[in-house]
Amino acid sequence: MKHFVRRHLAWFTTPGLVIVFGIVWHLYIVIFDVSGFILPKPLDVVVSYFELLGDSRLWEATGVTVFETLVGFFFAAVIGIGGGAILGKVAWLEETARPFVIATQVVPKVALISLFVLWFGFGSFPKVLIATILAFFPILTNTLLGVKSVDLGHKDVMTSLNAGRWETFKTLEFPSALPAIIAGLEVGIVLAYIGAIVGEFLAGQAGLGFLTIDYQNAFDVSGLFGVIVQLTLVGFIMYLAIVGLRRILIPWHESVIVEKLRQPVG
Amino acid sequence: MTTMSGAHPPSVPTSAKVRTPGASTGNEIELVGVEKRFEITEGSVHAVARTDLAVGQREFIVLLGPSGCGKTTILRMMSGLLQPSAGMVKVGGRDLWRGAQRDQVALQNLGIVFQEANLFPWLSIEKNIALPLKLRRVDKAQRLAKAHELCKLVGITGFEKRWPRELSGGMRQRAAIARALSYDPQILLMDEPFGALDAMTRDQMNLEIQRIWMSSGCTIVFVTHSIPEAVFLADRIILLSPRPGRIHSITEISFEQPRDMAIQTSPEFQDIVRSLRRELEAMG
Ligand SMILES: Nc1ncnc2c1ncn2[C@@H]1O[C@H](COP(=O)(O)OP(=O)(O)OP(=O)(O)O)[C@@H](O)[C@H]1O
Ligand SMILES: [Mg+2]
Repeated sequence: MKHFVRRHLAWFTTPGLVIVFGIVWHLYIVIFDVSGFILPKPLDVVVSYFELLGDSRLWEATGVTVFETLVGFFFAAVIGIGGGAILGKVAWLEETARPFVIATQVVPKVALISLFVLWFGFGSFPKVLIATILAFFPILTNTLLGVKSVDLGHKDVMTSLNAGRWETFKTLEFPSALPAIIAGLEVGIVLAYIGAIVGEFLAGQAGLGFLTIDYQNAFDVSGLFGVIVQLTLVGFIMYLAIVGLRRILIPWHESVIVEKLRQPVG
Repeated sequence: MTTMSGAHPPSVPTSAKVRTPGASTGNEIELVGVEKRFEITEGSVHAVARTDLAVGQREFIVLLGPSGCGKTTILRMMSGLLQPSAGMVKVGGRDLWRGAQRDQVALQNLGIVFQEANLFPWLSIEKNIALPLKLRRVDKAQRLAKAHELCKLVGITGFEKRWPRELSGGMRQRAAIARALSYDPQILLMDEPFGALDAMTRDQMNLEIQRIWMSSGCTIVFVTHSIPEAVFLADRIILLSPRPGRIHSITEISFEQPRDMAIQTSPEFQDIVRSLRRELEAMG
């Protein structure tokens, strides 16, 4: 029983802490007599969230945002993993590309959005672009690091077996970099999501980011909170999906095995 | 390293050996005027001085010497992992290096076991063992069958599907030996393969390596720090002196093979160990 609780700890603590947070929030409103226009009671938020769930506008918006996030993330993964692998293998290319890769990260994204709107209009494409630009960087740097930090003893094995460049990449460098790549993907999916939402926020016609603006203009604070709850839950699900890749792609890795070892005790 | 004393009569050391070193056709490995300098930022390190050495077919050669005397460097030059600064390495009569290119045929004949097992953690034991065959495009069923056969040979049957990290150090080293044997190399190079093992496991592994050597008929070059291990395994012990590494002396060991652990208690064995130890100590 003890081990069961230990292993599934998050299933108990998360709802518990959410409830505690709700109670504190409620007491704050009651004690300081806060207006519902500024901060609604937690139960009102729950009610308005459930009302929102019946609203087709929410699901359309969710669909748009998830679509933009996933497409942006997909391109980020392709560019990040492909680019990181190539830069990791070709030293002079890494030197050459580094300033430009960093430039894409230090330039204020808000300025880029204005530019993209000018170029591509108010549709989904500029949001996908922002999501990609935000998300590819951690994927690329992690892939690069992973490909470059291959164990020297493992390299000796491949060299002594007279393996070619491609074979070495396929059998050694890529699998050895996978844990780092997945760590990059975990950060990447969150950034892609933020990118899509910020894009909608600043120049949207659809999506959850746009919906928040809509509710803000209507002074519907409860509705606004409902959208925020939806944003949080959707983000959670996408993140957990990527985290789940660990068990599938790197079942041999410490981060997965340690979890498994916890299981059979007792 | 101690052994079970008196339990078995030591196998009789004879001058007439069953396997005479270098008796068969020609040499398996030749070092001709081989030298190695490492270029570092503050000049260069002279790791191995001009060395000539011929290793005969089916011979068991042990490289023995103090730490840093260039044993690993010599072994890496034999394996083609390191190019000599001067001189020539010949494997099976072929030049190992042609310019900066390594001879493909010569490489096919070489198998290496490192000090660490160096198994790939993302491959199961059987896949690790079958890796060289995969790179040689042997089909899957065939290479896994070979891997299973080798698991039996090195004594890790039942662990074929496990991850390397689920095995003990000794078992991992056995798997590494199986991997090196998978493509039946004629030459096996081993760099302190049992350095990380406890004395008991090490004795056991030495017996097994002797058995594998005798049954496969391969040539072995084996690096070690341990004098008893060297005397137990070797046809010839090459004693190296340090900085820069060079051959100090060559000792022929003529105990009949296969040898068992009890041989280590024999006076002849201990005499050889003692005289090698004196030589090593005299070098400082
Ligand atoms: N890549 C390298 N760069 C510079 N110097 C090196 C390099 N590899 C080895 N050396 C030097 O060459 C000498 C021989 O090293 P080597 O590893 O062959 O010794 P060893 O006999 O195997 O020692 P040990 O028994 O401790 O493993 C050492 O002095 C070492 O510092
Ligand atoms: Mg060494």
